[in-house]
Amino acid sequence: MERFTLSLPSAPCARADAAAALCGVVSSGNLEILVDRGSMADRCDIEVNTSAHGFRETWEAVLSDAVARHAAGGLALAINDAGATPAVVSLRLDQALEALEDRA
Amino acid sequence: MSRLQRHSWFEADARARIAGLVDANSFRELCGPHERLTSPHLAVLDLPVAFDDGVVVGEATLDGRPVLVGAQQGEFNGGAVGEIHGAKLRGLFERARRTRPAAVLLAIDSGGVRLHEANAGLIAISELMRALLAARADGIPVYGLIGGSCGAFGGMGIVARLCDALVMSEEGRLGLSGPEVIETVKGVDEFDSKDRALVWRVTGGKLRRSLGDATMLVDDDIAAFRDAARSLLARPVPARDLAALDADQRALTQRAARHADARDGLDIWRALGLPEPALIPMLDAADFNRLLAPLSPTEAA
Repeated sequence: MERFTLSLPSAPCARADAAAALCGVVSSGNLEILVDRGSMADRCDIEVNTSAHGFRETWEAVLSDAVARHAAGGLALAINDAGATPAVVSLRLDQALEALEDRA
Repeated sequence: MSRLQRHSWFEADARARIAGLVDANSFRELCGPHERLTSPHLAVLDLPVAFDDGVVVGEATLDGRPVLVGAQQGEFNGGAVGEIHGAKLRGLFERARRTRPAAVLLAIDSGGVRLHEANAGLIAISELMRALLAARADGIPVYGLIGGSCGAFGGMGIVARLCDALVMSEEGRLGLSGPEVIETVKGVDEFDSKDRALVWRVTGGKLRRSLGDATMLVDDDIAAFRDAARSLLARPVPARDLAALDADQRALTQRAARHADARDGLDIWRALGLPEPALIPMLDAADFNRLLAPLSPTEAA
């Protein structure tokens, strides 16, 4: 497993105070994303646990794109990954963050 | 209902199955993913963990009546039972003894013990069996639902047969050793696990229903599983005394003798006198149940 954490700037999420969501399942080529309340209103804290080694730069690019597309400030994302491709990661991030936006 | 309107139970994950099974928005999860009760064994082996350890447990209502629900996540490690996963299910049955719900509903989707957790997984299964039987002994019915891609095999195959009643789709399979295990141990001539039609004829819901292992056969549709669970809940709590167990034992002994030479579900359907056994795999649940009704191996669905 490769593990790392990031803190990325993002617009504040209106529902950060009530953040709680889970999407995806940990299985081959898939991942789960758990959304919780974060520590800072204008940053998104992210913890990645992935079975694929050596892809940190790709993760950072995909995650930066996602928190630029969505208001994810004040959120903490925890990811358990079993070798998902960047496209699948991006799709799951959209699902997790849109689930919060739908509730706003 | 047309196939297009169906929501497949087979394709759904554990949470979607629960959402479709119980009254809308009534489910309250216990030991949920935010508590991060992940497997210490997988972490030591440097393998991916899941925040819910592959099983969703909680309480809900069905037709307004309180039920406890457990659903295994077949996609995570084949729905296999590890220490945490097993403890969550065991805890569900212990809770049932305290809160006395109308039933415990168990959506099984598992190959059995998680091999990475070896003895911890085996102990978890044995604790789960004990807790399930204790809840039943207290008069709380336990209903199993099998329709996922992992079926119910290994220890979970035994757990399934400890339930008061089982609802199955043809796609959901039930057995002790799974097809891949049998092929590995006894060779491809004994059981070709790649022959999907054979696997379904030997372990699938239609054969299990024909033999009386499954109480009801439904189509692969979340609403059909829900309707079946509702009808089970509307029945009186099944009696389980010594006389009933003796009758079960006699029936199993007779069945083993009657079908001793059967190599395939087709042989069993032929022996039961069902017309055109070769066409049975093509029937939908309603047509199959009509065909089986005159035999009524356990009770009508």
